[in-house]
Amino acid sequence: MDPALLLGQIFNGFSVGSLYLLAALGLALSFGLMRVINMAHGEMLMLGGYLAWGTLQVVSGPWGIIVALPVAFIGAAIFGAILHTALIARLSARPLDTLLATWGVSLVLQQAARSLFGAIGVEVTAPAWLDGAVAIGGASLPYARLFILGVAALVLGGLALLLARSRIGLLVRAVNQDRMMAAATGIDVNRIDLIVFSLGTGIAGLAGVVLALLGPVTPTVGQSYIVPAFLVVVMGGLGSITGTVAAALILGLVVALSQLAVDVSLAQVILLVFVILFIQVRPQGVVASRSRSLDA
Amino acid sequence: MAFAGRFLSLAGLLATTPAIAAGPPVKVGVLQSLTGTMAISEVTVKNAELLAIAEINAKGGVLGRQIQAVVEDGASDPATFAQKAGKLIQQGGVVTVFGGWTSASRKAMLPVFQRNASLLWYPVQFEGNECSPNIIYTGAQPNQQIVPALTWATAKGHKKYFLIGSDYVFPRTANLILKKRIAAGKMTVAGEDYVPLGGTEFSAVIAKLRAAKPDIVFSTLNGDSNVAFFKQMAAAGLTSAKLPVMSFSIAEQEAQAMGPALVNGSYAVWNYFQSIQTPENKAFVAAYKAKFGAKAAITDPMVHGYVNVWLWKAAVEKAGSFDPARVRKAAVTLAAIPSPMGPVKLAPNQSLVQRAYVGQLQPDGQFKIVSQSPGMIAPEPYDALAFPGKSCKPA
Repeated sequence: MDPALLLGQIFNGFSVGSLYLLAALGLALSFGLMRVINMAHGEMLMLGGYLAWGTLQVVSGPWGIIVALPVAFIGAAIFGAILHTALIARLSARPLDTLLATWGVSLVLQQAARSLFGAIGVEVTAPAWLDGAVAIGGASLPYARLFILGVAALVLGGLALLLARSRIGLLVRAVNQDRMMAAATGIDVNRIDLIVFSLGTGIAGLAGVVLALLGPVTPTVGQSYIVPAFLVVVMGGLGSITGTVAAALILGLVVALSQLAVDVSLAQVILLVFVILFIQVRPQGVVASRSRSLDA
Repeated sequence: MAFAGRFLSLAGLLATTPAIAAGPPVKVGVLQSLTGTMAISEVTVKNAELLAIAEINAKGGVLGRQIQAVVEDGASDPATFAQKAGKLIQQGGVVTVFGGWTSASRKAMLPVFQRNASLLWYPVQFEGNECSPNIIYTGAQPNQQIVPALTWATAKGHKKYFLIGSDYVFPRTANLILKKRIAAGKMTVAGEDYVPLGGTEFSAVIAKLRAAKPDIVFSTLNGDSNVAFFKQMAAAGLTSAKLPVMSFSIAEQEAQAMGPALVNGSYAVWNYFQSIQTPENKAFVAAYKAKFGAKAAITDPMVHGYVNVWLWKAAVEKAGSFDPARVRKAAVTLAAIPSPMGPVKLAPNQSLVQRAYVGQLQPDGQFKIVSQSPGMIAPEPYDALAFPGKSCKPA
């Protein structure tokens, strides 16, 4: 085995894992708190990608992509807030119906993107400072992928800080542990749901921006990441942030390292088989969630 | 609809032609992906097919009848292609269908056309290995695109080849043929990899490319994957000057959509480039741009789609009938007709006799023709090395 290739693939595993993580965090958050499976989550990625493209039309120049990050975050979060208020909050007692309704939203959003921007998709050009790669031990680490790792780390750090230290985070944890008791102590549970859901879609918006650095922004861009995102959530232990991080990295490494032996196409099969076997052995996921909301 | 159709045929009649309208408009199907991952390539093929239909109508139609196009969306999904093909033939009442892009879509439609004894005009280069009497294949056979590409690369002194493709029948078969021919030429395959159709993650492929150090990459990636591949190649510092890429699914239009800067300097082999300097091609390019915008890029599959409609017209007129079986028999006995890609005629195996060009992408998104096949190449659906002893029997 070529050591440079192995080193490169370990880095690529982290890189793929960071993409999975950004795509999956929002799903994990909203599932953990509300047990809502948002099938339109992939379209939040797409929204982020188109917002990045739109931002770069207005703010050209090397730092456009930096401006695009908050724009996409806020834009996707606002859209998430609307989606939650208009649809999900009204169906909160019927989880299966939210599945179906959000799937419908996903189809509507894809078609809307097609009608607005065309089926062909749009192109976000990475700024010059993200072109090129740094060579370490014969492996080549592209700046764009290092940037994505950085964004994922910042998002994760910010989220951990928010949940652990802020008052909102305290309330989120309270609702997460026991929704009815939290409501009884006077916490506005619906407001917490709204905040967490918007936060989750906002993070998906960020994922859309960084994906645009690697590929085209198309109406179906979210679809290729939504399945791995669900796998990450399932494997991580439903609703656990630590588990989500661990699962994203494990799956990223499984994909990258299996590609040393097989082609990209077969690596997807190995990924699925791995998750199926893992769930057989450890159905509760990497980190078992002991939230009472999940005991019910 | 019927009224509009009659009105159109009347308008066509008054406009140009001495021919006598012999009945209501005749319906033909146009079936391409207008949505999904293949839309980037197929929407414009639909445009070119509609342009040919409009031009024929303006000149009086076929056998004195106007052509009415029924457009359906294959949605980048083989099952949808099959279903829409059945709908066009059985409910739409079309006499023939122009369409398809991926081999998976063609394979899915094939039984539908055989069952209904109808005729499909397929405009895209493909892996060969198939000759249905119910399909006219005008896109390049392997010996009209893939093999000339290898011949050119060998002549340039390239010895180590890396093969990358989307995971479906065309790339798998194309690479099978390439591997046989590379081995026969005493050269080496440095690597071979496949990504799912529409896949955008190329980190591992690029790592393997760096480790394998090939002389040239032969890419049979399709659709959106190309954008991601070239973007990630650029990000990894692998420019076309360092590592040339020969693509079999990137034409002018894909280059334009991807941004020519991204794919500048990469190679392609086609039977047509927009930069071909002939009066027929200049007239075609001008007509297309007048109808679909001055920024439109013209590609090989578009021209094949356009030529298909004209070949069908010529065959119908020779047969004196719209009956698919008679049109098919007439088509393979046609004399060469002029086209934007030069004079073309169909071989007895229902594929097109045509030339192959090697082009290199320029910063303006057009290809500079760097080489061309010495003469017209007769289509061979079965590669002699990869599939010895197999051939198409003219039906």
